[in-house]
Amino acid sequence: MQQSRDDLCRAYRTMRLIREFDERLHIEFATGEIPGFVHLYAGEEAVAAGICAHLADRDNIASTHRGHGHCIAKGCDTKAMMAEIYGRASGLCGGKGGSMHIADLSKGMMGANGIVGAGTALVCGAALSAKTLGTGAVAVAFTGDGGSNQGTVFESMNLASVWKLPAIFVFENNGYGEASAAEWALAGGDIVRRAAAFDMPGHQVDGNDYFAVWEAMRQAVERARAGHGPSLIECRMTRYYGHFEGDTQNYRAKDEVETLRRTADCLDAFRTRVTAAGLVDAAALDALDAAAKADIEAAIAFAKASPLPPAAALHDDVYVAY
Amino acid sequence: MAQKTYRAAINEALKLEMRRDPRVIVLGEDVAGGRGGSAGVEEAWGGPFGMTRGLIKEFGAERVLDTPITEAAFIGAAAGAAMTGLRPVAEIMFVDFSGVCFDQIMNQIAKIRYMFGGKAKLPLVIRTLYGAGFRAGSQHSQCLYPIYTHLPGLKVAIPSNPYDAKGLLISAIRDDDPVMFFEHKAILGMKSEVPDEAYEIPFGKAKIVREGADVTVVALGRMVHMAERAAAALAKDEISCEVIDPRTTSPLDTDAILSSVRKTGRLVAVDEAYPRCNMATDIVALASQECWRDLKAAPRMVSPPHVSVPFAASLEDLYIPNADAVAAAVRLTVSG
Ligand SMILES: Cc1ncc(C[n+]2csc(CCOP(=O)(O)OP(=O)(O)O)c2C)c(N)n1
Ligand SMILES: [Mg+2]
Repeated sequence: MQQSRDDLCRAYRTMRLIREFDERLHIEFATGEIPGFVHLYAGEEAVAAGICAHLADRDNIASTHRGHGHCIAKGCDTKAMMAEIYGRASGLCGGKGGSMHIADLSKGMMGANGIVGAGTALVCGAALSAKTLGTGAVAVAFTGDGGSNQGTVFESMNLASVWKLPAIFVFENNGYGEASAAEWALAGGDIVRRAAAFDMPGHQVDGNDYFAVWEAMRQAVERARAGHGPSLIECRMTRYYGHFEGDTQNYRAKDEVETLRRTADCLDAFRTRVTAAGLVDAAALDALDAAAKADIEAAIAFAKASPLPPAAALHDDVYVAY
Repeated sequence: MAQKTYRAAINEALKLEMRRDPRVIVLGEDVAGGRGGSAGVEEAWGGPFGMTRGLIKEFGAERVLDTPITEAAFIGAAAGAAMTGLRPVAEIMFVDFSGVCFDQIMNQIAKIRYMFGGKAKLPLVIRTLYGAGFRAGSQHSQCLYPIYTHLPGLKVAIPSNPYDAKGLLISAIRDDDPVMFFEHKAILGMKSEVPDEAYEIPFGKAKIVREGADVTVVALGRMVHMAERAAAALAKDEISCEVIDPRTTSPLDTDAILSSVRKTGRLVAVDEAYPRCNMATDIVALASQECWRDLKAAPRMVSPPHVSVPFAASLEDLYIPNADAVAAAVRLTVSG
């Protein structure tokens, strides 16, 4: 299926923005100014972009600990995201959440999550709301290869299938859960084979190929919106940085990431494909690169200039009413 | 005697017990790390915080088991193994993740012996990191030991320093009952004198950290250090605190706490856990009932506010009870 020039530019912009966001965070984290745990999404941009290209604000996603890419692709404001990561009052969650808990429900972003596997069940609920209220919306759970082994994930896939929910289970198989390889931790090797067990279609795609992700998601969304139930999409790609910022990655061969960056980068592949096909010219992409750089520069400046949350904020938000 | 970190003390206890008893196994996420990785290393991490470093090299992959990310399954497996001949030491990386396997702990591990009329034994230790101060946010900073202390059938240890960490862990591993073992993530690098050899610290035996006459301060885990700091500051104002570290909350050394309160007539209980139904409320309730006539002032509790642990540095610093808060509470008992 053909995408318009605008669609393609939007997709590239999303991917570049994610890349800039996380590569800049990698640099800033090293200065010691960013608190807590930060898990970078760089290398996996085509997945967030290809999946979320099909979603509107009313469609919900549940993210993971590695959530920056999902947030950006779902339309979260990069300034407010950055401020959240810095723990500032102007952050998307007022500085109370941090990198692992960025959320913006107005954008259908149900939150990054510190508990591996938890999002799949939340997504069953979001899909149930959509189905019950007849909104026509879908709900998407992102889970890693490591997370794919959690019981909650199996239970959620079964539930979604039994209830015929408009849910989509996206697995980001980047080959590792922390320091353990999927090759070891994931029985059967492929996540996609689990789809059959829960009676849903399964797609396995190259997660560096925006177009492959986009097409699998197109089919899954069509099925979900038609009321035929859930689908599973397994995307295979790699993360460019450690599990968390500070991880030495001694479990990966020295040149593994460099080789993949050189040969299988999703942004490079996208650029080559659309320019060769004459769909978008290189100059337009260059302009998007520059715009993304400026956007992130502004986000960093905004975050650093923002005040810390005031003391009173400690006590609010526990309940709606006291 | 050598100075060792909290981290090293834990590591040493594991090694000594694994040498002593071949039935002791260690399991958890990335307790070795690197399985299947392209670097082909035998041990990439040795535990996310390094507490299990070197174990796989010495004891092999049959006794040092990495697990997929699947807490309900591997904690349940540890329980089943404990019922049938092994003595597992399982690691739940952060205690917050114990939510995923709460059924296994609450309905299985804690109850099996009792429900089966004493027929079963569960020599199982679950080691886990807890506590705030790491800017790790609401799902990676909780204490939760009051929940586990609440459950009959579980023993609960909360060592505050390297010496106790080693001795309590050795006791925990040798114990035939299931033990929840809480390690505070903010004191892993703290050092104290730790003997090289194995030694046991009995459960249910509090440590008098500092003797004093005016106020009894009971504190646990990292809060012991806040209490000590407060006591040192208060000593300059001629207020003498007796600081007690119960070390285990189940069993709890009620005798040590009550006899101190009878002596001083004043009590401040310090707890990093959420303030409702925590160890501070438990200890204050106990002392109020048992020492009513000896009390010269209302006992006080020092705990965080009833909120989840916030991410932002400015808020987390306000959240965690500190030495000033302990000192202020002590002053209230003395003046009030
Ligand atoms: C229930 C739970 N167990 C363990 C962890 C610790 N943890 C955080 S991320 C992670 C690895 C996740 O791997 P994967 O699902 O493949 O996602 P990736 O990091 O590769 O994106 C682990 C074990 C956690 N946060 N929650
Ligand atoms: Mg992974």
